Amino acid sequence: MSAPRAHLETLPRGLQVALALGLLALLGFPLAGSDFYVQMVARMMILAIFAMSLDLLQGVTGLVSLGHAAYFGLAGYALAFVTPGGEPVSLWWTLPAAVGASALAALVIGFLVVRTHGIYFIMVTMAFAQMLFYLFFDNKVLGGSDGLYINFRPDAAVAGWLPFDLENKLVFYYFTLFFLVAVYTFLRRLLWSPFGRALVGIRINEHRMRAMGFGTFGYKLGAFTLAGALAGLAGYLWGVQSGYVNPELMGFHMSAHALMMVIPGGMGNFAGAIVGAFTFELLLDLFKDLPAVGGFDLGKHWQLSMGLFIVAVIVFAPRGLLGLAQRSAPASAETPPGEPP
Amino acid sequence: MDIANFLIQLLNSVQYGLLLFMLAAGLTLIFGIMGVVNLAHGSFYMLGAYLAWWLSARVGSLPLAIVLGALLSVGLGLALEALLFRHFYRRDHLDQVLLTFGLIYVFEELRSLLWGDDVHGVDIPQGLDWSLPLTDTLSYPAYRLFMSGLCLLLALGLYLLISRTRLGMKIRAGAFNREMAQSLGINIRRIHAVVFALGVGLAAVAGMIAAPVASVYPNMGSQVLIMCFVVVVIGGIGSVRGALVAALLVGLVDTFGKVLLPQVSGMLVYMLMAAVLLWKPEGLFKQ
Amino acid sequence: MTMSLSSDASDILLSARGLTRHFGGLAAVQQIDLDLSRDRIHAVIGPNGAGKSTLTHLLSGDLPPSGGRIILGGQDVTGWPAERISRQGLGRSYQKTNIFAPLSVWDNVRLAAQSRSPQAWRWLSRADGCTAVNERAERALELAGLQSRRRTMAGAASHGEQRQLEIAMTLATEPQVLLLDEPLAGMGVAEAERIVELLLRLKPGRAMMLVEHDMDAVFALADQLTVMVNGQRIASGSPAVVRTDPLVQAAYLGADE
Repeated sequence: MSAPRAHLETLPRGLQVALALGLLALLGFPLAGSDFYVQMVARMMILAIFAMSLDLLQGVTGLVSLGHAAYFGLAGYALAFVTPGGEPVSLWWTLPAAVGASALAALVIGFLVVRTHGIYFIMVTMAFAQMLFYLFFDNKVLGGSDGLYINFRPDAAVAGWLPFDLENKLVFYYFTLFFLVAVYTFLRRLLWSPFGRALVGIRINEHRMRAMGFGTFGYKLGAFTLAGALAGLAGYLWGVQSGYVNPELMGFHMSAHALMMVIPGGMGNFAGAIVGAFTFELLLDLFKDLPAVGGFDLGKHWQLSMGLFIVAVIVFAPRGLLGLAQRSAPASAETPPGEPP
Repeated sequence: MDIANFLIQLLNSVQYGLLLFMLAAGLTLIFGIMGVVNLAHGSFYMLGAYLAWWLSARVGSLPLAIVLGALLSVGLGLALEALLFRHFYRRDHLDQVLLTFGLIYVFEELRSLLWGDDVHGVDIPQGLDWSLPLTDTLSYPAYRLFMSGLCLLLALGLYLLISRTRLGMKIRAGAFNREMAQSLGINIRRIHAVVFALGVGLAAVAGMIAAPVASVYPNMGSQVLIMCFVVVVIGGIGSVRGALVAALLVGLVDTFGKVLLPQVSGMLVYMLMAAVLLWKPEGLFKQ
Repeated sequence: MTMSLSSDASDILLSARGLTRHFGGLAAVQQIDLDLSRDRIHAVIGPNGAGKSTLTHLLSGDLPPSGGRIILGGQDVTGWPAERISRQGLGRSYQKTNIFAPLSVWDNVRLAAQSRSPQAWRWLSRADGCTAVNERAERALELAGLQSRRRTMAGAASHGEQRQLEIAMTLATEPQVLLLDEPLAGMGVAEAERIVELLLRLKPGRAMMLVEHDMDAVFALADQLTVMVNGQRIASGSPAVVRTDPLVQAAYLGADE
């Protein structure tokens, strides 16, 4: 393994301002954008939550998971299972239940998986996620390869009174934005808490952490479970928005999708995950909409563009976009002067 | 299950297991010696299958196509190692994961551009197009026996290479301690190139051999990649012997599982992996 | 026979008996008996490959022993993992600097201090706001003499400062027993003197084991001396006696280091 990565944790002033402006933009966006774009941005926000959950596991704790989408998809399926065909189900218990299901799965799988290290960890997370994928794919009872539909969005009714209606696209947008901000705020506080500091220590030098008396297995399992729960939150929102879940949501490609959102943005500070998610989705749409050039349909072969882009980012900007921004920020005790030798 | 059926399933298990071994051996060597995780390994399997289809149509003979294809794959492996992978041995596993995932996309598209997206079949060579009778109603395809035989031969060759030749000794030395091997005058860069090309070649040949049986289709790489990873985890990284044992185990569990417990057959192999991990978190034969 | 300078058994904070460790067919450590007493520094010396580092790993829990027992503060800790042994009151510094390079010196020591009040379930309060942890870290920083370098990134600190940091981190876990694995490795004369002074300052209240090659430092610091060759203990006792032991002279001190 290479030298431990130093991550940008204290956001430079410029970035903080940019994030604040971004929040304002998100708040005001529905007033300017059409229905289509409001849904698109809501989708990006959901994926940003998913990306942040992976950042907790990977960027902060250093556990590279290729199977994180399992917990994303599972929550969507949980919602699909409890939603009857003809009427909506209550938001107030299905949200915690779905998140709980993902958390439980993460706890069980995490218990098996967290004992492994390095490459093993990467491979077993992928393997267990694929196991879940095949479980759902092969069994008609669970929806099979066709997936399941969620015909009605969950109902926010409380004792007869409806505070808000999720079927309304604008309402759903702000509902998602609320969770984006809440999760970001929570994770930022977690980062600087004793638990968060221990996770960072584990990423940088797990051996020393153990030698100092930290029970690292418990910390890693905690991070794995929490990350799974937050991925479940994102998966629930995805299920609500799209009304449809299928095994692909849990599969290898979705997990890799998450990786590709977290890494180019810059890891370990959650802001990078948000930036990465939005950037990746925008890029994806861009690549898919490319015209045909000289008889070669670039749009249809978007994977080529995306693949080459990823390779380029890894080769030329390994610390991600925020890492590039970091180089121009003033050095402080928290920000290291450059790549360790 | 009667004797004949049992025998058929057993032969299928061995055949599947040996094929997996071809892939897993390359993967575990590349992991163990260079520390590189390569998600695109499955793409080399796919490459082999498409080469088998494309070349055999052109040269008219599958065996010849396999030889040509093997040479081409090894060449590609050397080129890829020199141009790209060599620079990633010291990088984070994360970077390697991302890089090789990007490569999967690129390879899939290149395949799509070169050979299209259709599913293709490859004919079993004429000399092997018969079946060995087991009972008056059941028989076993000779080609599958040939597959197992060829994989076994290659496995033996790999074993001899690693344990009996000087090249093999250098490979093992490099795996054990890179700096020391270098100071002993062993050209580590060449060793890495050889190991990488070997891994690519084995994967491609596996795809070529399997093509008449498994057919040739897009995304065939991803499916086999997962199984490959499971085999490497169970066997232990860096251990070719472990890869063989694990591959055969996986072959047995998967094949008999599909027949005896079809509803959970997809999950059985992962449960096997979970059980192994609980007992030995670094695989059965960890170096 | 080990001659402890105090006959009071309660002063022995760590005791190893018959400690053995095999690697395949090789016995890296064979039947080692060792006592670490409060207010004393017990140095372990020997040529390269004698098994000194392995012994340290065995005592700290980084490696499980193949045989023998370890008693720490009256508790049998044989086979315990490193994190449990650490919490039982043992701290060790490493020969190869084992710090958190991207974090500042202060953050390194603070994290070490946090191990004693982990508060793992506090997810919403700031870690650097905990007074108990801060005080513990401050004390360790002061003892190691690193206050002026607290904001330096650990990876950018000088080699000597990093060795000091190694010790500071170990101190921040407030151990009664301290294992120091070549703390003077790679140091110049002036830096080495500073570390020797530091180690002397640490003696009161603690039992210390020192693995070192620097003979000047060893004889300046050691109250007790054990000599290891090929995994075995060939002599043990007060430095004055051990250095005149003909076995020791032949095996180790005779050949200029």
